[in-house]
Amino acid sequence: MAYIALSPDLPGIRGAMAFRPETARPLNDLVEVLLTGPSTLSLGERELIATYVSSRNCTHYCASIHGMIAAAHLGGDEALVKQVKTDFMQAAISPKMKALLVIAGKVQEDGKLVTATDVAAARVLGATDIEIHDTVLIAAAFCMYNRYVDGLGTEQPDDEALYRERGKRVARDGYVTVSAEYLAGHAHAAAH
Amino acid sequence: MAHIQLPEGYPGISGAFTYRPETAKPMRELAHVLLHEPNSLSAGERELIATFVSSRNDCHFCQSSHGAAAACHLGDSGIVDQVKTDFHSAPVSDKLKALLAIAGKVQQDGKLVTAADVEAARKQGATDIEIHDTVLIAAAFSMFNRYVEGLGTWQPRDEEMYVRMGRHLADEGYKEPSIRQPAGAA
Repeated sequence: MAYIALSPDLPGIRGAMAFRPETARPLNDLVEVLLTGPSTLSLGERELIATYVSSRNCTHYCASIHGMIAAAHLGGDEALVKQVKTDFMQAAISPKMKALLVIAGKVQEDGKLVTATDVAAARVLGATDIEIHDTVLIAAAFCMYNRYVDGLGTEQPDDEALYRERGKRVARDGYVTVSAEYLAGHAHAAAH
Repeated sequence: MAHIQLPEGYPGISGAFTYRPETAKPMRELAHVLLHEPNSLSAGERELIATFVSSRNDCHFCQSSHGAAAACHLGDSGIVDQVKTDFHSAPVSDKLKALLAIAGKVQQDGKLVTAADVEAARKQGATDIEIHDTVLIAAAFSMFNRYVEGLGTWQPRDEEMYVRMGRHLADEGYKEPSIRQPAGAA
């Protein structure tokens, strides 16, 4: 059970968002821009960065849902997602993505660990400034979302099928649209 | 020098915000709701939580600017220094101490927060929304700090600049830039 009175039928970040729609809006807007907005990194690549960071933070809800969103963008390839979580150096992703995941992994620990050498390595493999920027910010943002979900003691179900179904929907409709449904349905939760 | 080509003369997060306005907008809005809009936690208390987390993450720009904003709200910079070094002995309420204990755990790892931590805060009068906002402020500064550090932004050692920023943040909040032109511009 969560530490505060969150709706029991909304697991993970959804219960927290429904509890406080004023902060849910910018939280959803940020993830929408970063993970679905125009970018030279593919939707699948950006979701893989989010999944990787969430997995390193051991936040089951975020690692599962973003893993399934990534898989939905990558033609249903759940094995690739698992490989990125366990050892991305062996995964079938581009060398540029591997260099970006190295940066993301350092940001997950501490932003100060990122070196000019890490950034130069990504650049040599074709990463642009904005791709490096977005990698750093996706990693930083998921250090927030993960702590938010864990720190409130939210419900984080084990049911893989639940994440798979929802992952497909989020991949298709985006974060703002999907969240609008449960935010509207639970507006009363924020009345107190 | 920053790791990417950020606009020159903008310190800390302001360079990153200027570089990428699409992501700056929701980040500014989040900070504004959490730290500046009406709340049963005072603006000074919320800025202290932000400062404490930024200090534990050793982020000079964030702890200096939010520390200055907190000092402005509280009319006292001594409290800010004390909260950073040992909040247990700081002249803040027992409720805020219990909330800072939660924030300190979120800064490390959200999973460290226990039902007992939350119960202790509740016993001192903390409401659900105050506990929620404490967790989210601590989580959000785990993002802001990593963003500022991960891009290798310019973090000047200029006390005066942070005092000016703090005044702006305390008065105006976070929707509009507190740094409107680069350092060195006329």
